[in-house]
Amino acid sequence: MDFLNAIVVLANFVIVPATAYGAQLALGALGVTLIYGILRFSNFAHGDTMAFGAMVTILVTWALQGAGVSLGPLPTALLALPIGIAATSLLLIGTDKVVYKFYRQQKAKPVIYVIASLGVMFIMNGLVRFIIGVDDQRFADGERFIISARNFRTLTGLDEGLAIRTSQGITVVVALICVILLFWFLNKTRTGKSMRAFSDNEDLALLSGINPEKVVLVTWIIVAALATTAGVLYGLDKSFKPFTYFQLLLPIFASAIVGGLGNPLGAIAGGFVIAFSEITVTYAFRRVVNHLVPESWEPEGLLQLLSTDYKFAVSFAILLIVLLFKPTGLFKGKSI
Amino acid sequence: MTQINTKNILLFGLVALLFIGTGFMQSWNTTLTILNMGLISAIMALGVNMQWGYAGLFNVGILGFTALGGLAAVLVSMPPVPEAWSAGGPRILLALAAGAASIVAAVMIYKKMPAGLLRVVVMLAVLIGGFMIYRAIFDPARDAIEAVDPALTGYLGGLGLPVILAWPVGGLFAAGAAWIVGKTALGLRSDYLAIATLGIAEIILAVLKNEDWLARGVKNVTGLPRPVPYEVELQAADWFLSLTDRFGADPVTASSVVVKLCYAGLFAAVLLLLIWMSEMALKSPWGRMMRAIRDNEVSSEAMGKDVTKRHLQIFIIGSAVCGVAGAMMTTLDGQLVPGTYNPLRFTFLIWLMVIVGGSGNNWGAVLGGFLIWWLWIMVEPIGLWMMQTVTMGMAEDSGLRQHLIDSAAHMRLLTMGLFLLLMLRFNPRGLIPER
Repeated sequence: MDFLNAIVVLANFVIVPATAYGAQLALGALGVTLIYGILRFSNFAHGDTMAFGAMVTILVTWALQGAGVSLGPLPTALLALPIGIAATSLLLIGTDKVVYKFYRQQKAKPVIYVIASLGVMFIMNGLVRFIIGVDDQRFADGERFIISARNFRTLTGLDEGLAIRTSQGITVVVALICVILLFWFLNKTRTGKSMRAFSDNEDLALLSGINPEKVVLVTWIIVAALATTAGVLYGLDKSFKPFTYFQLLLPIFASAIVGGLGNPLGAIAGGFVIAFSEITVTYAFRRVVNHLVPESWEPEGLLQLLSTDYKFAVSFAILLIVLLFKPTGLFKGKSI
Repeated sequence: MTQINTKNILLFGLVALLFIGTGFMQSWNTTLTILNMGLISAIMALGVNMQWGYAGLFNVGILGFTALGGLAAVLVSMPPVPEAWSAGGPRILLALAAGAASIVAAVMIYKKMPAGLLRVVVMLAVLIGGFMIYRAIFDPARDAIEAVDPALTGYLGGLGLPVILAWPVGGLFAAGAAWIVGKTALGLRSDYLAIATLGIAEIILAVLKNEDWLARGVKNVTGLPRPVPYEVELQAADWFLSLTDRFGADPVTASSVVVKLCYAGLFAAVLLLLIWMSEMALKSPWGRMMRAIRDNEVSSEAMGKDVTKRHLQIFIIGSAVCGVAGAMMTTLDGQLVPGTYNPLRFTFLIWLMVIVGGSGNNWGAVLGGFLIWWLWIMVEPIGLWMMQTVTMGMAEDSGLRQHLIDSAAHMRLLTMGLFLLLMLRFNPRGLIPER
């Protein structure tokens, strides 16, 4: 019976990683949900946009590292992030001008946009593979841990250690800053308000003199910033591999839909719901339980509901449940 | 539907020329390899065209349905492993039955009990209890099966039936998965179906990769029985040797060509049957209804058509066709390798075929299947050649040159994406439009 140790194990293996992962998913889902709200389609190229932004940031990081620039204990990638965002914005605005604008003028059906976004996804994916290759890339530097497991044990005298990696801490802090900035922008500035108006009722917004092209332009820039940040944070936390970013599409879409497509607050909540359920369901609870029950009761199995290979199944199951019972999502999203 | 006009004949002739040209430039063996996969791709494109062209449904889970077809090929044709069956076969079946029963029970409870907190609690209790029972029976059975000679078998094996039977079975498997997805996601926004199919494909693939007892997971099942003779058998047969002698051909090459021709014949038969069936269906009142629904859902609903039900129907049929094609592909490869199922290759390439060929037109989809598959194979050598030409002026040991040549393989994705966007923009009706 050791309640404190059980909590520490749980925090170390479930709460801390899930919070970081949830923040990454939330940033990704925010991008998806904004595009859905303003441009009214599900952007399948989002995963690869994240990969592209992360790739540019990695290349700049390497250049900075080569030049001997560093942020001390923080990863150099944070310095490179603005350049990554700028490059991704240019790419997205370019894509909009070349691809999506035409369909907007045609007033094409949403599914046509989705197919076009598939084409964009192909191209971005090819571009990323072409430039940086398909292999794992590590670019994290600086201090590895905020608290390492050993320091935590000596500090508290507990048996179990709690490690918080710098990347996890940075993820949460950066995500928080992004979200605060985004909500301030959407609620307080003139452009942000016009974006919300455009999302709520396009015709009315046009009638009151809102310039749709400007709204779209700003949306793409914000989406670029969110996607690049999410991509870089995910890459710092795990590692950068183009294909995993494509696979992130499913949990990101699930987060956005669970929260309610088109609703930014929902996207954040959805990100954490998906991340926590994914990690809780695939975590083996044996060590936690071992601390909680008397020795003779200790379980034999791993107490793992599903193997980690099925983490996508968790997002999918949640997605199905939401679609079945509450298609507009937890927070009221756009029409079904 | 399609008029036989000069343009269409020219287009098919052009694609035929591409294949024949490959035969003369490279080898007939290569041509036939491309042709066989082209036939299978054409069938997949046909299935997707039913969903997209007839009903406007957007399915991005083709990969999953194809993989289910591949699983069917293993389960039908491989010989059973008696040791594994006696180790845990019945128990695994029992576990699966228990799992299915708890889901059915939960659905019954949802339908029969009045809405409220009690219903949620009872439903959750049934589901969680069912899951516990399922795991308790399943885990030891799985371990027992996977322990049976893991290097060679470690799975239950199949039924040991002729592999051709797997083709319709693959269609049934895919239809089952499509029913689950369609039942939940149809009737909602069109994007939701896309996301749900994306999800089911990932999950089917995860199951294939991880459930070793089912089809050996990433250890792959190899040496599937064939519906056609083996090359070595032909090379040993007297009649074959005398035949090659008369034509003065090399028996080894000739045997491989003959085997591929046999496959091509089988696949072509399936393709023609499917085209005939779908053309007939499209001409029938049912086909007119489907097109009416696609063109205007609201007015069809006003005419008393159940749009969601019809969508579900066509979604299942189209997915089943993809499943059949998947089983055929695994038969052709002679092995099931879950690691090779890549969404870019199996889902999005098929989409490209449909869009390029002409959505809503069966012949268009078939043409797109052949054309895009040929391009997919050929873009890589062409890209490599281009890169070598571009980098000609650079120094031999230049890092950039090496990088460019190494990356030529990724040119495929770029080219195909570009192709899709250009087609969608400038010729959205495809090479052979619907009418």
